[in-house]
Amino acid sequence: MKAIRIFGRNIRDAFKSVFRNFSLSFASISCITITLLVVSIAVILSYNVNNFTRLVEQDVTIVAFLDTKTDEDTAKQYLEKIKSIDGVESVEHQTKIQIAEEMMESSETYNNIMSQWKVDGKWVEDEIPLRPTLLVRATSLSKIDNVADEIEKLDPEKETIKLVQYGEDMVKQLISLFDVIRKISIGVVVALILVTAFLIANTIKITIFSRKREIEIMRLVGASNMNIKIPFVFEGLFLGILGSIIPILVTTYGYVAIFENFNGQIFSPFIRLIAPEPFIYLVSGILLLIGMLVGMFGSLVAVKKHLKI
Amino acid sequence: MDLIRFQKVTKKYKNGVVAVNDIDLAIEKGDFVFVIGQTGCGKSTLIKMLYREERPTSGKIIVGGIDVAKLKNWKVFKIRRKIGVVFQDFKLLPKLNVYENVAFALEIFGLPKSEIYSRVMKVLDLVGLKSKAKQYPTQLSGGEQQRVAIARAIVNEPKLLICDEPTGNLDEDTSMEIMSVLEEINKLGTTIIMVTHDTEIVSKMKKRVILLDAGRILKDYEKGTYVHESN
Repeated sequence: MKAIRIFGRNIRDAFKSVFRNFSLSFASISCITITLLVVSIAVILSYNVNNFTRLVEQDVTIVAFLDTKTDEDTAKQYLEKIKSIDGVESVEHQTKIQIAEEMMESSETYNNIMSQWKVDGKWVEDEIPLRPTLLVRATSLSKIDNVADEIEKLDPEKETIKLVQYGEDMVKQLISLFDVIRKISIGVVVALILVTAFLIANTIKITIFSRKREIEIMRLVGASNMNIKIPFVFEGLFLGILGSIIPILVTTYGYVAIFENFNGQIFSPFIRLIAPEPFIYLVSGILLLIGMLVGMFGSLVAVKKHLKI
Repeated sequence: MDLIRFQKVTKKYKNGVVAVNDIDLAIEKGDFVFVIGQTGCGKSTLIKMLYREERPTSGKIIVGGIDVAKLKNWKVFKIRRKIGVVFQDFKLLPKLNVYENVAFALEIFGLPKSEIYSRVMKVLDLVGLKSKAKQYPTQLSGGEQQRVAIARAIVNEPKLLICDEPTGNLDEDTSMEIMSVLEEINKLGTTIIMVTHDTEIVSKMKKRVILLDAGRILKDYEKGTYVHESN
């Protein structure tokens, strides 16, 4: 009962003093708000870059171009052989006609070119100068080299498999770029958290300095150091919560707006943004948690210095 | 029985000043003791050591069975809960009203609201401020503010009340009002040590008087034997 009363009193006092010393509280809150906004951007960036990396890694496709004259049976044979290679997730056979139709759909120019090989609405297969392909999806990026080599070995004379292609260098460069961005954003987040904790410690130090008398009297009437510290820690907690309100709102509405504006993708359909739900709740939670912890530790550090009277 | 015992207590500050020099002193439970002397004679240091605001350089200070000199920083609150302190500048919190200023000392311990209320009202009645419970310190006269400070000091029912020049800022009539409040508290069994410059008050009160000079006890007058002769 006693502990509950003391707890209740601490919360009430902390809440009161946030408003009683409003100008200083406001300084602390603004400080937390601004930092959390930047933290939010860094967190969102970091998560999305992670997501891009994952997507790119998943999308590791090798294209094996077959000879133009390859018949369906031969293609099927190779398909089965490739399937049994370690590190292959799936293989898909695309005939000339399928490729041509896909290309026609993608642009008007292609449409005009491709229609030359149609007679009375029917494809003349031998006329199509395209190569049938086998689309091979590797299980992971690290296996892609190996898989490509193995496919080439299946037909060393290159009679049927004419060319094995994959965007290895481009993909690897992209992933290493994403990795750099992710590391930088994590660094930024950590640095910002430290700076905020320091700034808040200083701001709260000023608050506490102006309340030195209160602490002095608390000590005189027999308050233990714990009795004195706890209300200030709660106060820091409140400041943290109040400071994270704006960043959370901005993150939630801002991210949804960005997502909708870009239709969920940047540059190409293959770099997709993380869907807002439940992602924004996760980011909001992170922001709230950082705000609370930073506020609490900031005020704990600040009040500790004043207790060495 | 002795409530307080100083044994060969010396306090030397870092700047070399010896404020208290080899003092032996015993104060009995229920006593009312004045500590007088000129500025810089060590009287404030002497009482500050009682509530562990200062630590003696050497010697023992026993208060209610606890060696205050040896008390660790984080344990200081234990002795403070047994001692009430009143200052010349009242040390009230201006943003709290009279009731809140006094209740402040009890809320820390997590007492139920109803008990806090009855105890605070009891001491406010004792110091004659029951009707001003809702007023703020700035709305009160100096004497009334000091009475609030006394109420706060005794609301914990301490065994010892230390008063550091409580009448220093007050006129003669108000000072005597304060003294009668203190005498009332003393009659209820609280030991009181009061540091003062005001020899008029000391003469009128007829209590034990300790005269300090240069950190030593120059004279220790038994109850009622001190007579101040104004020049």
